[in-house]
Amino acid sequence: MSMLGSLSASNLDSPRSRKGLLLSLALGALALVILPMILPGYQISIVTQILIFALLAMSIDVLAGYAGRTSLGHGAIFGLSTYVAIYWSTTMGGHIWVGLLLGIVAATILAAIFAILAIRTSGVYFLLLTLALGMIVWGVCQRWTSVTGGENGMRGAGRPAFLIDHAHFYFAVLLIIIPVTWSLWRLVHSPFGWALRGIRDSESRMRSLGYNVQLHLFIAFVLSGFYAGIAGALYAVFNDFVSPSTVQLSLSVSGLLMAITGGIGTLLGSFVGAAAITSLENIVSIFTERWPSVLGLTFIFIMIFAPEGIVGRVQLLLARKHQQS
Amino acid sequence: MSLNLFQLLNGLTFAALLFIVASGFTLIFGLLRIVNLAHGALYLFGGLVGYSTVKLTGSFLIGALASMAFVAILGVALDKGLLRFVRGAELRQVLLTLGVAFLLNDIALVIWGGDTYTVPVPEALMGAMRVGSVFYPKYRMFVLGLGVFVFIALWLLINHTRLGALIRAGVDDPETTEAMGINIRMVFLGTFMLGASLAGLGGAVGGAFLTLHPGADAEILVFSLAVVIIGGRGSLVGAATGALLVGLLNSIGQVVFPELAYFIIFGPMALILAFRPLGLFGRTA
Repeated sequence: MSMLGSLSASNLDSPRSRKGLLLSLALGALALVILPMILPGYQISIVTQILIFALLAMSIDVLAGYAGRTSLGHGAIFGLSTYVAIYWSTTMGGHIWVGLLLGIVAATILAAIFAILAIRTSGVYFLLLTLALGMIVWGVCQRWTSVTGGENGMRGAGRPAFLIDHAHFYFAVLLIIIPVTWSLWRLVHSPFGWALRGIRDSESRMRSLGYNVQLHLFIAFVLSGFYAGIAGALYAVFNDFVSPSTVQLSLSVSGLLMAITGGIGTLLGSFVGAAAITSLENIVSIFTERWPSVLGLTFIFIMIFAPEGIVGRVQLLLARKHQQS
Repeated sequence: MSLNLFQLLNGLTFAALLFIVASGFTLIFGLLRIVNLAHGALYLFGGLVGYSTVKLTGSFLIGALASMAFVAILGVALDKGLLRFVRGAELRQVLLTLGVAFLLNDIALVIWGGDTYTVPVPEALMGAMRVGSVFYPKYRMFVLGLGVFVFIALWLLINHTRLGALIRAGVDDPETTEAMGINIRMVFLGTFMLGASLAGLGGAVGGAFLTLHPGADAEILVFSLAVVIIGGRGSLVGAATGALLVGLLNSIGQVVFPELAYFIIFGPMALILAFRPLGLFGRTA
């Protein structure tokens, strides 16, 4: 199968690379804690955004990198969560925390619907199907003006008072992202995660070994949607505004691009990818309004020259060095 | 009752446009195994080129031909310039065309701005004509006729010409075809140009009754995807069936649930996928 996932070099479980991994993790965590103390407010909110998008990218990576199913519909799952959270806290006048929970629930349900339709397909068909499903959500958000506000979108009720400060909000997001990332890490390194890799590499082999392939894929998709939903709910508090552009294709594409840039099948590479793409977007928009062009060119460039991504490339180099020594 | 006939005609004419666009998509998908997600962008670009040409020359025919030619050249550039680096890697190809779609849309935004355009309809096709018990725009009847014409032309091309035989042979077994001394790459390139030019034609024709605006590419792309997912990869009859289903459901949906019309195409797509994951006329590769 010519999947992206087959490019991943996930040999993280040898003791030596494990040490390297722990070291880079510790450094990364340290940076995440120190950064907000030295950065000005606006930059802190960019780092917050990076964390949220890294979670979206990881949720895509669970399917793309481990189950070999590349989704272009996760922007819609993410965005639905944002819509529900904001709709609940403004139009319905409900409590924001309940709204966030409802958003995550809605995203998980939507993921289950997508999953039922999509798990029977693989490869390009899976991609097309999730793309079409995601775009239907976008179309509904755009046209169902009486509920979604159409093109104008909806403004949120404002962040709770203690989260208004950029640094406070950053740490709140970090406090959520760390355990969520840990649970994702456990997920892909659990027997279930290994079964997904097995399905990615050979569905028929797993089937003859007695695995229920469809059920595994269904659960993987729903879990992935759940994580995308958490990211979407956080984004509702972060952005305090939602419009069809939150569910549109370019968000699914950005999320996937972040996962790919970091390295498909590396999970934590999503942080690197999200940081790279988000920084690029912020730097580019200083000079030009042509971000979509840059996004398109980046995509073309990475597909041609570096489909294994940054972390994937580093892993490959390390593995080669390891073999030589 | 007369309203129903009007809606039926709306559905049929929209289906005809969808067929023109989606047949190009399915040709490229079926033969080259390339899912060209830039197809919607090619449609929009073709439509805008058509608009500017018609404004310049005053001739709708020249405008439509210019769209087709321009988009066919874009297709060649895409295939020869970019896709050749990722041959064989299906997923990388798809994602690459996605990048191209973003790029093309943004370039269109730079050249034409964010305004909404309508390609001027030729004078002979202006006004309404009597169809049964209703008066219906002549132009849309022309689109319906054009859709049928494209279907027949493609069907004859694929089933009754040497080129069609080569294309079919290439679909079934590219290696053997090549071993028989056929330059399969030229056949592939020709098909890519043909498929792309159909997107251009769709843009020029569709731009005269749907509007051309940023985002029109995504709308037509999702409709084309639905058509191909329903009809099955590479099948002309499938594309026609899918286009009819989607076109008619869309126009019924707009009457019954105006706000959720988009949602209506979801129904048949889900049903068909549940029973035939490869579409009505799809075959395994």
